Amino acid sequence: MSSSSAKLPGKPAAKTIGLHVGTIRPGVPKVDPIITMDNVSRKFGGLVAVDVEHLEIPRGAITALIGPNGAGKTTLFNLLTGFDKPDTGTWNFAGKSLAGIPAFKVAQMGQVRTFQLTKALSLLTVLQNMKLGAKDQRGEKLMFSIFPFLWKAKEQEIEEKALELLKRFKLDTKKDDFAASLSGGQRKLLEMARALMTDPVLVMLDEPMAGVNPALTQSLLEHVLNLKKEGMTVLFVEHDMHMVRHIADWVVVMAEGRVVAEGPADEVMKNPAVIDAYLGSHQDTDLGTVTGRITLPPKGKK
Amino acid sequence: MDWSAILSNTAQGLLSPATMAFALAALGLAMHFGFAGLLNFGIAGFMAIGAYGYAISILTFGFEWWQGILVSLVASVLFSLLLGIPTLRLRGDYLAIVTIAAAEILRLLFLTNAFVDVTGSADGLSGYHNSFRAANPFPEGDYGFGPWTYNNIEVWVLILGLITLAICAFLLLLLMKSPWGRVIKGIREDEDAVRALGKNVFAYKMQALIIGGVFGSLGGIVYALPSAVNPGVYVTSLTFFVWTALLLGGAATVFGPVLGAVIFWVLQAFLSNVLPQLVSSGILPFISSIQASTIRFILVGVGLMLLVIYRPQGILGDKKELTFVK
Amino acid sequence: MILSTTQRGSRSWIQLLMLAVVTAITFGGLFATSAHADEVGTDLPFKIVGNVKNEGIALEGVRIVVSGGGYTAETVTDADGKWYIGVPEKAGYTVSLDQETLPAGIAVIEEGGAEQSVEIGPSGSVTKNFFIGEGERIVVSLFDQVIARIVYGLNFGLMLGLAAVGLSLVFGTTGLSNFAHAEMVTFGAITAFFLGGLLALPIWVAIPAAVVISGLMGWGLDSGLWRPLRKRGLGLVQLMIVSIGLSLAVRYLFQFFVGGGTSQLPGFDSPKIKLFGATSLSVIDIASMVLSLVVIIGFAWWLMTTQTGKATRAISDNPDLAAASGIDVDRVIRIVWIVAAGLAGLSGVLWAYFRPGIKWDMGAQILLLIFAAVTLGGLGTAFGALLGALVVGLLVEVSSLVIPSDLKYVGALVVLIVILLVRPQGILGRKERIG
Ligand SMILES: Nc1ncnc2c1ncn2[C@@H]1O[C@H](COP(=O)(O)OP(=O)(O)OP(=O)(O)O)[C@@H](O)[C@H]1O
Ligand SMILES: [Mg+2]
Repeated sequence: MSSSSAKLPGKPAAKTIGLHVGTIRPGVPKVDPIITMDNVSRKFGGLVAVDVEHLEIPRGAITALIGPNGAGKTTLFNLLTGFDKPDTGTWNFAGKSLAGIPAFKVAQMGQVRTFQLTKALSLLTVLQNMKLGAKDQRGEKLMFSIFPFLWKAKEQEIEEKALELLKRFKLDTKKDDFAASLSGGQRKLLEMARALMTDPVLVMLDEPMAGVNPALTQSLLEHVLNLKKEGMTVLFVEHDMHMVRHIADWVVVMAEGRVVAEGPADEVMKNPAVIDAYLGSHQDTDLGTVTGRITLPPKGKK
Repeated sequence: MDWSAILSNTAQGLLSPATMAFALAALGLAMHFGFAGLLNFGIAGFMAIGAYGYAISILTFGFEWWQGILVSLVASVLFSLLLGIPTLRLRGDYLAIVTIAAAEILRLLFLTNAFVDVTGSADGLSGYHNSFRAANPFPEGDYGFGPWTYNNIEVWVLILGLITLAICAFLLLLLMKSPWGRVIKGIREDEDAVRALGKNVFAYKMQALIIGGVFGSLGGIVYALPSAVNPGVYVTSLTFFVWTALLLGGAATVFGPVLGAVIFWVLQAFLSNVLPQLVSSGILPFISSIQASTIRFILVGVGLMLLVIYRPQGILGDKKELTFVK
Repeated sequence: MILSTTQRGSRSWIQLLMLAVVTAITFGGLFATSAHADEVGTDLPFKIVGNVKNEGIALEGVRIVVSGGGYTAETVTDADGKWYIGVPEKAGYTVSLDQETLPAGIAVIEEGGAEQSVEIGPSGSVTKNFFIGEGERIVVSLFDQVIARIVYGLNFGLMLGLAAVGLSLVFGTTGLSNFAHAEMVTFGAITAFFLGGLLALPIWVAIPAAVVISGLMGWGLDSGLWRPLRKRGLGLVQLMIVSIGLSLAVRYLFQFFVGGGTSQLPGFDSPKIKLFGATSLSVIDIASMVLSLVVIIGFAWWLMTTQTGKATRAISDNPDLAAASGIDVDRVIRIVWIVAAGLAGLSGVLWAYFRPGIKWDMGAQILLLIFAAVTLGGLGTAFGALLGALVVGLLVEVSSLVIPSDLKYVGALVVLIVILLVRPQGILGRKERIG
């Protein structure tokens, strides 16, 4: 990935500034938060995976969530999206409490996520994968599904939208292939494109760049920046510091379940606590590419 | 060896109430497992609900035959809800254990002496045919030709069975070609991914469970229409036989289950006729004819193993579209 | 079956409850009235008949229950005191007279009381007439009955446990839900029958030999079938269905060789020894419990302290990590199969004494209970499976005090479902992660 960073334009993309209120510290309030959480904690047996006192995610900006392996980033994603329940705490999305809201409703509210271990729907074609993301298709209701004339028109619309997105993600030539035949990186792209089919308000990406080739990284970064331009909020987990520095307006650093630092990218990277906890002394030698890329295959049971 | 009798009996296996019952049950399983990925090992229970629901509503409550069918269908929907509400949130292999246990509980409840007046206990139920036969539009006489010669009652059963089967297959085809079917297949592949896209996975799985369950209980009714309800039929082995038929034809297809059921019963009819004859004509030495008739069940087991190992997509399935992703 | 009055009260209460459940299931369906026929199972090939009289006077309405080999039926005597119960097999059955249904002041006065064993004779039938006369009926207190059931339940549970830990080990190390485990149970019993019954080896040779041969069978299955399939990369659902096919094939193969009937192992009819209260066990029962306990303790020792045992647990925990840390996974799995098959074989022998008798589908009869035990304990944890087996064994036996004995497995299966709902990871299992 270090070669990709070489290709990045020398100057990072224009950053959104003035996101916070008051002095920068962990848990600092934001001018316009889309997510706020208080005292959210989740234990696995004796292990405290997440213990966040207070955190706000700014609206309309790109926020990066970084931290060493096992810091609790994915767990936090799971809690925010309703895939897991915290032991304590309250958390809101766009002013609405999410306590007890099931994952699919959270997604319907416009908060859509991708997974660290990619979940392409292997035995559906790429195009079917995309169409599955679409909203408001009446034909997905059992009662309407057996009357094709009730949903054919909408289906056409969805297909056009899907093809356009696939083109943007350079997957249009693969549209009729089973997703199982895609490479790991292509699956990451497909998952992201599929998430965008839902017209989300907040896009949460768990390591979107892991395994994506350098040539594509460039265009993927563009996509993420475009999302912001289109008015979406982005929260992403990433180990590649160059990418974080390049596109993130705000960075939240987690370690051992807690938020240890946050702030604009450049400032956070200078924070000695962060360097200690995460970056190590050689922050120029892209540690991110070494860490977090080796994921053990899932346990052989289902 | 009386080959003409063997062949004629085999040919009857092509079109019999048992074949259609299997085809319907296998269609239900295709909905459950092939398309939605639900490991239902309790299809025998759904079939039992169909058969007993039909017979009990006629014998105990004096319903008409079509009311009996309605009662069965409602009962199978209730059974699906009872089974699904708690278990569809669980891991797939737990659903397998719960369904197999639930089917066994049902069978034991139908078998126990405690309810003998309603269920007939070990004797099962019979003599519920009057209303059905009175509705028969076919005048007395023989119909068909060659091995497929039937009296008017048999024709009535076959026609109704065929119509039911055709409707169910067509419905399944429509469903799986629709966006609803797309969501269902997505859930089979990875339900968390589908959930993350804002689909109510639980509701979809429940709908699939109910639809497949209704198909299964229709199968049970067709099984019970011509003859009697016998508790010895609805055992776990029945579930496994239906699975064999399903996998033979192709689990993730609509016509595969039907084809699989037909092949299953044709082979069963052939073997159950040919094996005892081979013994009596001295071609198969050292074994009795009772042993000879056991051989066909051994072959079902071996066939199931070979099928799953060497051709898991079944006869009609697409090699790429294996249903065993997990 | 001797029942005290309080207990009959609770019995009908439970029946009422069961009734409500069934009623709900079949949509307002089933109303049981208490009239019974005096002849049941007349279409079955064999029969047990009798005539209940007291000093020449026919007694009408006396309840008779016949059970054995998984079959139960009951009837009441007609105006002539006669009864007829058809049975499916030429085998041994227990005939019980419900003394609660006798007029006051009289009781069964023969040795052994109101519960008698009979064997179907060569004519295909047997007549059982109880000796009835004046006398006090022996009422066993509820407490003594519960104690007796607990003891039987422990015996049954230990036997189930032997099979369950094996199934659980195989699941833990390979992920396979092995439906053919039932046939490994049957295999042990049939081998013991072959060695002890047909070859007439002494029982203390036949049983260990059957266990060893079962273990070899496990080894053969692993290297001949399961290992090649794992190498082929078959999915877990696929493997599970292969095991179903294997189970069907082997089960009917057993039927091919031993037929559809029941045969007895030597010593099955060893006399019962009255221990305390209503509890009486045969020498075989006691030996069975001791043997199960010793074997299970030995197994626990093996799992906890030996190198292979530790490796087994490591693989159950995380197969990839175990392989990466240099454990020879194939070797461990092979040993697991041998141990699992050996334990299943032993459990089959004990099951053959408990039922009693060997039969081609005897393993399949308890397969779901074994699964229940494994699931209760948390899939893949061996000690959980053992605990689960004891719970299931106790539940089956104790619940038969309050529900009809032909429904006693239902209780265990219902509990299985309920536990899966409230604690899906089992008693000792863990949750998995998402994402
Ligand atoms: N279901 C679970 N059961 C037990 N422990 C868990 C579970 N999920 C996560 N953990 C533990 O919680 C901690 C945080 O895990 P998490 O996956 O959130 O880390 P992460 O920050 O996403 O790490 P990475 O950068 O490697 O993806 C880890 O120690 C992990 O082992
Ligand atoms: Mg993570």
